[in-house]
Amino acid sequence: MSRDRPAPFEVMDCTLITLALGKSAQDLRELRDRLSDVPAGSLDHHFQQALLRHTFDDPEYRNDFALWARRQLHDFQLAEMLDVIDPLDYENLEDLRQRLLDVIEDRLADLDHVPSVAPGREFHFLRSQILIFGTGLSAAMPGDLANLIPRLSTGSVFYHFVEARRRHPARLDDISVWLEGWGEDHEPTRRRLGTIDFNLWTLTEMRDLIAACFEGPPRQARAG
Amino acid sequence: MSAVLDAYAAVAGEEVIEHLHKLARPLEGRKVVHVNSTRRGGGVAEILDRLVPLKRELGLDASWEVIEGDEEFFQVTKGFHNGLQGNAVDLRPRLLESYLATNRRNAERLRGRLEEADFVFIHDPQPAALLGCCPKRGGKWIWRCHIDASRPHRPVWKFLRDFVRPYDASVFSLAAFAQTLAHPQYVVPPSIDPLSEKNIPLEDAEVEEVTERFGLDPVRPVLLQVSRFDRFKDPVGVIRAYRMVRRHAPVQLVLAGGEATDDPEGEAVLREVRDEAGEDPDVHILSMRPDAHRAINALQRRADVVLQKSTREGFGLTVTEALWKAKPVIGGETGGIKLQVINGHTGYLVNTPEGAAFRIRYLLNRPEESARMGEKGRRFVRENFLLTRHLRDYLALMLSLKHGAQDRIEVT
Repeated sequence: MSRDRPAPFEVMDCTLITLALGKSAQDLRELRDRLSDVPAGSLDHHFQQALLRHTFDDPEYRNDFALWARRQLHDFQLAEMLDVIDPLDYENLEDLRQRLLDVIEDRLADLDHVPSVAPGREFHFLRSQILIFGTGLSAAMPGDLANLIPRLSTGSVFYHFVEARRRHPARLDDISVWLEGWGEDHEPTRRRLGTIDFNLWTLTEMRDLIAACFEGPPRQARAG
Repeated sequence: MSAVLDAYAAVAGEEVIEHLHKLARPLEGRKVVHVNSTRRGGGVAEILDRLVPLKRELGLDASWEVIEGDEEFFQVTKGFHNGLQGNAVDLRPRLLESYLATNRRNAERLRGRLEEADFVFIHDPQPAALLGCCPKRGGKWIWRCHIDASRPHRPVWKFLRDFVRPYDASVFSLAAFAQTLAHPQYVVPPSIDPLSEKNIPLEDAEVEEVTERFGLDPVRPVLLQVSRFDRFKDPVGVIRAYRMVRRHAPVQLVLAGGEATDDPEGEAVLREVRDEAGEDPDVHILSMRPDAHRAINALQRRADVVLQKSTREGFGLTVTEALWKAKPVIGGETGGIKLQVINGHTGYLVNTPEGAAFRIRYLLNRPEESARMGEKGRRFVRENFLLTRHLRDYLALMLSLKHGAQDRIEVT
């Protein structure tokens, strides 16, 4: 008996528009205070959405808080503690906020002074609105999707591979979810997709890695 | 696709143009009016000159209006500009009255078009008071601030804030420039147009001809700063840096200053710069016409190192232009320059003439590293600071205002 085919994979795209919250922090205590009352969407902006923004590619830092601690506060220990925070380890953005506050409060308790920055080097809180739209591209079969991936925009990569994880309870990307409907033949591809750590790559690099998953083990797995 | 959009697709990528079409579709036919205070000279006029036709290509009913004012009006608005950038300025009541009267006079002429528009973008402080003169406005009004307002002189900001507060939104080039306002404050960096006369590729022969026309030595290294003669651009500091480099390398310096019709201080600063340069034949102070775009383009391509040693800067489009031509940039650590000059990647940030001199020598002595930084800078601009990205942000902003404050917007 043949199983039902999944519906075609509809390729979506997205872009961000960034808004300033008009709140900034000039020292670590202010950062903690502001963090406790900014909208949760601001945390999403400073973690995952940083990938889609007009910034210089620097995957060494996974979030803006770590980057600020390293480059402006020059508190390397705090930067490392903030850098390892993976937003997907937390059930929701409020839990993520609590983790950030804990790290900062622990650091404040360790220090005998409050690290601060000169005017002009403050942390500015932002948030984004994400605008999502269809591309008109779709894939009926996994092979069709493999052919489409090298042509995807960075917005599409972000939407289907990064943003998707907040939508799916199992923290999966859209491609893996769709391939699940195609049965065990595509299990190796799904496994390979699962090994891509999106925190470590730019969107363009991620697109290449996803494309490679349809051909064989991804680069970082080979290196291991 | 139109021939114009095809041309942009060739530079920015087809996916980028496809993005624009998707975002523009729900805005087709909407009336969008941009208002500023000069048709020629300065970064804002250059952006609008290309942005407005492109919006029309995408199906929006876009237009560009320019307010008219006398010398007194531009004196007071230059004061606003300096005040927003942090200078203490004296706001005499007579000048403030001139500001309001000029806005009222321009409103008489523009009111019909502004009140019927779906979106009105008011650029910088000069026309900010127009909103109060259009009581029957039906669309969304957006105040677009291109100035480094990170630490404004408080009396100036308090005066302007009363005109800005009733707007539906503000737009700043950097998050650091945003103010305490109740309405949404968008962050949209400006951009350059890769197909404009100032940025298109040039033949070597044209670059050589411009080099010769301005009396530059064709062989020795060229340091270049392109900017209005404005104290915030620190042209005197650039001459001091050049003198320090000159002790080690046979460099030439070009200070190419454009004229903007809304800048009454330019003449005075130009005199100060000439005094500082003295009789040095290797300091070339060029007062360029506002339409000398190809000559600026050629000078940027001829330069070995480009400087933008500003002490305050809204964004610094001359930095973007230089990076697009694959030149490393030495920039003042301020405003939007910090967003573009990434230390050791696309150039160096400096705070003093001494710092600038050291980095100039460093780059002149490492041509391969300089070339590598140049290429990185060009790629960075392609991905982030071309006109197509700017247009995409404006379209997204209009859609955002249409849909309200929700985090996710499905565009259909």
